[in-house]
Amino acid sequence: MAEHKTASPAKSDAAQSAGNGHAQTNGSTVAPPYRVIGTRPVRHDGADKVTGRAVYGADLQLPGMLYGAILRSPHAHARIKSIDTSAAEQMPGVLAVATARDLPNLKDKVANLGEGAVNLAHLGANVLAHDKALYKGHAVAAVAAVNIHVAEAALAKIRVDYEPLTAVTWVLDAMQPGAPILHPDLRTDELGEPGAGNTNISTHLHFEQGDPDKAFGQADVVIEREYRTATVHQGYIEPHVSTALWNNDGHLTIWTATQGSFTARQQTAELLQIPLSQVTVVPCEIGGGFGGKIPVYLEPVAALLSRKCGRPVKLIMNRADVFEGTGPTPGSFVRVKLGAKKDGRIVAAEAYLAYDAGAYPGGMIGPGCMCVFSCYDIPNARVDGYDVCLNKPKTAAYRAPGATQAAFACESVVDELAEKLGIDPIELRLKNAAKEGTRRVDGPVYDRVGLVETLEAARNTPHWKSKLEGKNRGRGIACGFWFNIGLKSSVSAHVNFDGTVTLLEGSTDIGGSRTSIAMQLAETLGIKAEEVIPRVVDTDSVGYTDVTGGSRVTFATGLAAYHAGLDIIAQMRQRAALVWECKVEEVEFDAGTFRHKKQSLTFRELAGKLHQTGGAIVGRASVDPEGATNGFAVQIADVEVDPDTGKTTILRWTIVQDAGRAIHPSYVEGQMQGGAVQGIGWALNEEYLYDDKSRMTNASYLDYRMPTALDLPMIETVIVEVPNPAHPYGVRGVGEVPICAPPATLANAIYRATGVRMRELPMSPPRVWAALAAKK
Amino acid sequence: MRGTTKYGSCWKVAAQNRPPRSFYYSLSASTRKATALQDFSYAAATTIDEAVSLLSAGGDRARVLAGGTDIIVQLREGLRSADLVVDVKKIPELMALDFDPARGLLLGAAVPCYRLYDDERIAAAYPALVDSARIIGGWQIQGRASIGGNLCNSSPAADSIPSLIALGATCRIAGPAGTREVPVAEFCTAPGRNCLARGEFLVSLVLPAPRGGSAYLRFIPRNEMDIAVVGVGAWVELDPSGQKIADARIALAAVAPTPVVAAEAGKSLVGQPASEASFKAAGEAAKKVARPITDRRGPADYRTHLVGVLTQRVLATAVERAKSKK
Ligand SMILES: Cc1cc2nc3c(=O)[nH]c(=O)nc-3n(C[C@H](O)[C@H](O)[C@H](O)COP(=O)(O)OP(=O)(O)OC[C@H]3O[C@@H](n4cnc5c(N)ncnc54)[C@H](O)[C@@H]3O)c2cc1C
Repeated sequence: MAEHKTASPAKSDAAQSAGNGHAQTNGSTVAPPYRVIGTRPVRHDGADKVTGRAVYGADLQLPGMLYGAILRSPHAHARIKSIDTSAAEQMPGVLAVATARDLPNLKDKVANLGEGAVNLAHLGANVLAHDKALYKGHAVAAVAAVNIHVAEAALAKIRVDYEPLTAVTWVLDAMQPGAPILHPDLRTDELGEPGAGNTNISTHLHFEQGDPDKAFGQADVVIEREYRTATVHQGYIEPHVSTALWNNDGHLTIWTATQGSFTARQQTAELLQIPLSQVTVVPCEIGGGFGGKIPVYLEPVAALLSRKCGRPVKLIMNRADVFEGTGPTPGSFVRVKLGAKKDGRIVAAEAYLAYDAGAYPGGMIGPGCMCVFSCYDIPNARVDGYDVCLNKPKTAAYRAPGATQAAFACESVVDELAEKLGIDPIELRLKNAAKEGTRRVDGPVYDRVGLVETLEAARNTPHWKSKLEGKNRGRGIACGFWFNIGLKSSVSAHVNFDGTVTLLEGSTDIGGSRTSIAMQLAETLGIKAEEVIPRVVDTDSVGYTDVTGGSRVTFATGLAAYHAGLDIIAQMRQRAALVWECKVEEVEFDAGTFRHKKQSLTFRELAGKLHQTGGAIVGRASVDPEGATNGFAVQIADVEVDPDTGKTTILRWTIVQDAGRAIHPSYVEGQMQGGAVQGIGWALNEEYLYDDKSRMTNASYLDYRMPTALDLPMIETVIVEVPNPAHPYGVRGVGEVPICAPPATLANAIYRATGVRMRELPMSPPRVWAALAAKK
Repeated sequence: MRGTTKYGSCWKVAAQNRPPRSFYYSLSASTRKATALQDFSYAAATTIDEAVSLLSAGGDRARVLAGGTDIIVQLREGLRSADLVVDVKKIPELMALDFDPARGLLLGAAVPCYRLYDDERIAAAYPALVDSARIIGGWQIQGRASIGGNLCNSSPAADSIPSLIALGATCRIAGPAGTREVPVAEFCTAPGRNCLARGEFLVSLVLPAPRGGSAYLRFIPRNEMDIAVVGVGAWVELDPSGQKIADARIALAAVAPTPVVAAEAGKSLVGQPASEASFKAAGEAAKKVARPITDRRGPADYRTHLVGVLTQRVLATAVERAKSKK
C-alpha cells in the first residue's frame, strides 16, 4: 500500500495526475486549505481491528445463550405439504423450534424501508418458507438448543414433506410462456398497470426520451449486441450472524452484523408485527456487506426462537448458507443497440434488460435501467427493463446494484463503436460524455459531474501513455456510472471537558466511515481527527439513520456531522460570550479558535471552561439531503491471454475516479481498489453453478472463485476531485462505482489480445478457450 | 437457452461392489452436512503395531490422522465420520525422511510437505514431487499436510499422486497380516477410496534412486486456492547423447475417477528426439486415456484439451531439468 500513500492533494486546478495520484479539478478555484480533510490519519478502530479486540457478531456471548440452527430446503422448487417438528421438540437439550407458522399473517402488508416499499409477506416467506420452498437453501424451520451439536441433530429430526416442482434458473427461460410459475398470484406491473395471467415477470419498466427510431435511421453506424451475466455473490468474509433476546418485559434486543441497524429494526418489527420501540438493534462490527447485509435473514428467526424459550439465541450461518440462503446479485440478459454518426457522436440508444429478481419480486432492474446509458449524453434513447422471479435466492444489492451488468453491455458496444469508427476509445467517450445539463433517459438532469475530467485524467495516466508490447496482450478501457444516494442520517456529538468530542452515529462502519465522518467534524470544529471519538451506537442511542449503502455515508452522515459541528460552534460561542462578557455576535470563530477583540481561546481551552459556564454541550443534526453525488470511474487494464488454456492474466490495472473531495484519500483508494477487484472477480471467474436440479454446486470459496492476492497486480489509483456543489466539503460517494467498469474493461482488453469479443460473464478460462477455438 | 454447460456435481463412478459415494473432493459444499465438528475419540499411536491394532479394532469407524488438513475438514463438514481418530505422527517410521542418491528416498507417510522442499538434495533429486509439495495449499497447510495423506485421501485431483506415479514410487503398507508393497499407480481405486484393507495403513513411500528429470504442472483458473482442473506429472530419462528420450512416465490427475497412468504417451516418447513435436505427440496420446467429466471445476472437453497442453509443457520442463543435471 505504501506506493498509494504518495500524493497529497495537488494544489493545482488542472486535471492532472500521477501514477498513483490525486488530480484536483474544480473549475477555476483553488482547493480550499483544509487542515484535516485530505490527510491520512490512523483509523479510530484500527487498533481494535488489528489486535482482534473488535467485537463481531460471532464473538458475542451472553449468559444462558442458546445456539440455533436452520433447516434449509434441499429442493430448488417444492411445495411444502407439511412440516412435523414434534420429534425435534422432544429432544433433550432442544428449547425451541420455529417455522413460518410462528410468524404473524403478513398478507398484503407493505413496509417502507427507506430505500423503497417492501412486500412484507414476501420478506417473511423469505425468512421462513410458508407453503413453498423457492430455492435450494430456503430456510424452512429453525431450532434453538443448548449447543450446536444438539441443534444440528434436532434439524435431522424435522420431517418436511416436499412435493418437488420443476425449477427455473435462467432469466429468459423464466420469462417464457409455460415456464414454472413461482407465485400464482403474481401479475406483471406493466408500467403501473397490472398485467393479465400467470407470470414470473414482476415488473416491466420503460424509459424513453427523444425519438430513438428516427435517430437510428439517421445514424451512420448501428451496433446491436446481446450480453449474459451469471449470478454472483457479494462475497463478504463474515457470514451472517444474529443473537436475539426477547426479554420478559417484552423488549427485544438484537445483536447483529448489519448495514443498517434502523432498517434491521424496522424489518424485524414489521415481520413480527410489534412496535418499533419494542426492538433495539445493537450493531456489531461488520465483516463486509456490499449490499448483502441490508435484508434481514436471521434476526426475526432468532427473535421467534428467543420468544419461545425466554433465553438469548444465537444463529450463525456457514459459508454454504450464505451462498445458498442470502441475496446474491442478479444474473442478467442485456441487449444494447447504439447508433452513431461518422464523427463519433452517439445519436441513438436502445436497451433491453432482463434481471433475476430471485425468489421474490424486487430485484435490481430499476438501477440497471437508470445506469445503462448514464455515462453519455444521448438525446434519443429507450430502455426496457424486466424484473423476473426464478428459483434462486432473493437477490440483494451488490455495490452499485444492477449497474455492472448494464455497464458490461453498454461499454462493450461503445468499444466496438470506437473500433468501427476508427476513433480512440477515450476520445469517443469524451465526445459523448455526460456533463452538467445532460438529461438521463430516466429523467434526472445532471448538476456538476466529473466524467470529462476523469476521462482526461485517464488519458494522462502513465499507464495509458505507456506502450503495451508482446504476444497475446491487449489493453482495454471502460467507464462506469453510479448515481449514489443521500437518504437520512442523524448524529449527535458532545464536547468533553478535555477538548475532545464524542461523536455518536448510526451508520455502521464498513469502509472506514467512522474516520471519514470524524474528519469532517474535526475540520468543522478546527480540531484534530484524533480528537474526535466516533462511536457507532444502537438504535436507542442516536436518531434514525438509513443504511450504509448507496455510497451515501461519507456524503450524508458526513453532512450531518458538519451540521452538528456548526451547532456545537454556535453553542460554544455563547459560552465564550459568557466568559468574555460580550455579545454572542461579537465572538468570532476560525480554524479552531474563538476570538473577541484581543482575547482568544482555542477549542480545547474553551472546552475546559464548559463546567463553569453551564455544563456539557451537545450538538446534533439530522439530514435528508438531495445532491449531485453522481460517481464516475474509468478503468484501464492490460492483459495477457494464454491461447492454449484461455486463462487471462492481468498485467496492469489503473482506476481513475471522481471522488468530489477525498476526505481520507487512503480510504477512497481502498474503495477504488476493492471495487475494481470485485469487478474483476465478477468478470473472470465468479458464478453460481447449478446441477440439473437447479441446485448450486459451488457454494464454497474453493469453487466460487473470487480473485486472491496472487491473481491481481497492485491496482493503481488516481483520484480526481470535481467537488460536489451540494456538499460543504464537495464529497461525492465513492464506494460503489469502482465495481462497474471492470467486466467491460476486461472484455475490451481480451478482445485486443485475442480478437475475440466475450459477451458472457464470467470470461473464465474454459469460456475464453471455447471462444478462441470457435474463431479458428 | 443459455450457451453454457450445466456443471454436474460429482464423478460418475462405474458401479462397484461397494456403493459409490458421491465423493469427489473433500470440500464439496453440495454434500456438506454439518457445520460443527462431531465428537470422536483420539489416540496417538507410537508404534506401527499399536496403530494396526487400534485401526483393526476400530474398523470402518476409525480413521488415520496425519496432518489433518483433509480429515479434520471432512469430519467437520460431515463428509466423513469417525468414532476414533488415530494420530500416526508419533510413530518414528511415519516421520522418517531418508535420502541416499544411490538407493533412493524413503518418505515417511506423515512427513509434512515443507520438509521436502526445505531439503535441497531432495528438491534437486525429485523435482516433480517438490513441484507438488509447493502447491498443496499455502505455507500453513504445507507445514502440516503430508504426501502420505494426500495419497490416502485418494482424491482424483490430488496434486502429489501423478508425481509419485511418474517417479515410480511404491507404497509400504502395514496391517494385521504384516507389511506389503503396492505401486502408487495401483493404490487408488475410486474417488476417496484406495486398496487399504481393514486395519491397514500407509507407513512410507519408497522412491527409486533419482535419474533423469521430472516435473508436475496443474491447471487452475486462479493462481492459488483451487483444486486441479487437470494435473500432469512426468518423468523422463535422456539417452547418453542428451538429445533423445530413453524412458518416460506420465500420469494424470482430475481426468478420471482415480489418477491414471498415460502409458502409451510415455512409451511413445522412447527413442524420440526431446523436441516440441515429440512432446506434442505425447500430449495427444495422453488425451486418449483421459475420461473426464463435466463438473464445477470445468467441462469435459476442456479438460481433455488441457491434458494435451499440460503434457506438452510438463515434458518440456522435465527434459530441461534432465539436461541441466547432465
Ligand atoms: C486450504 C487447503 C488447501 C489445500 N490445497 C490442496 C492442493 O492444492 N492440492 C491438493 O492435492 N490438496 C490440497 N489440500 C488437501 C490436503 O491438504 C492434502 O490432500 C494433504 O496432502 C493431506 O495431507 P494430511 O497429512 O493433512 O492428511 P490427513 O488429513 O491427515 O489425512 C488425509 C486422509 O488420508 C488418511 N490417511 C492419512 N495418513 C494415512 C496413512 N498413513 N495411512 C492411511 N491413511 C492415512 C486419513 O485418514 C484421511 O482420510 C488442501 C487442503 C486445504 C485445507
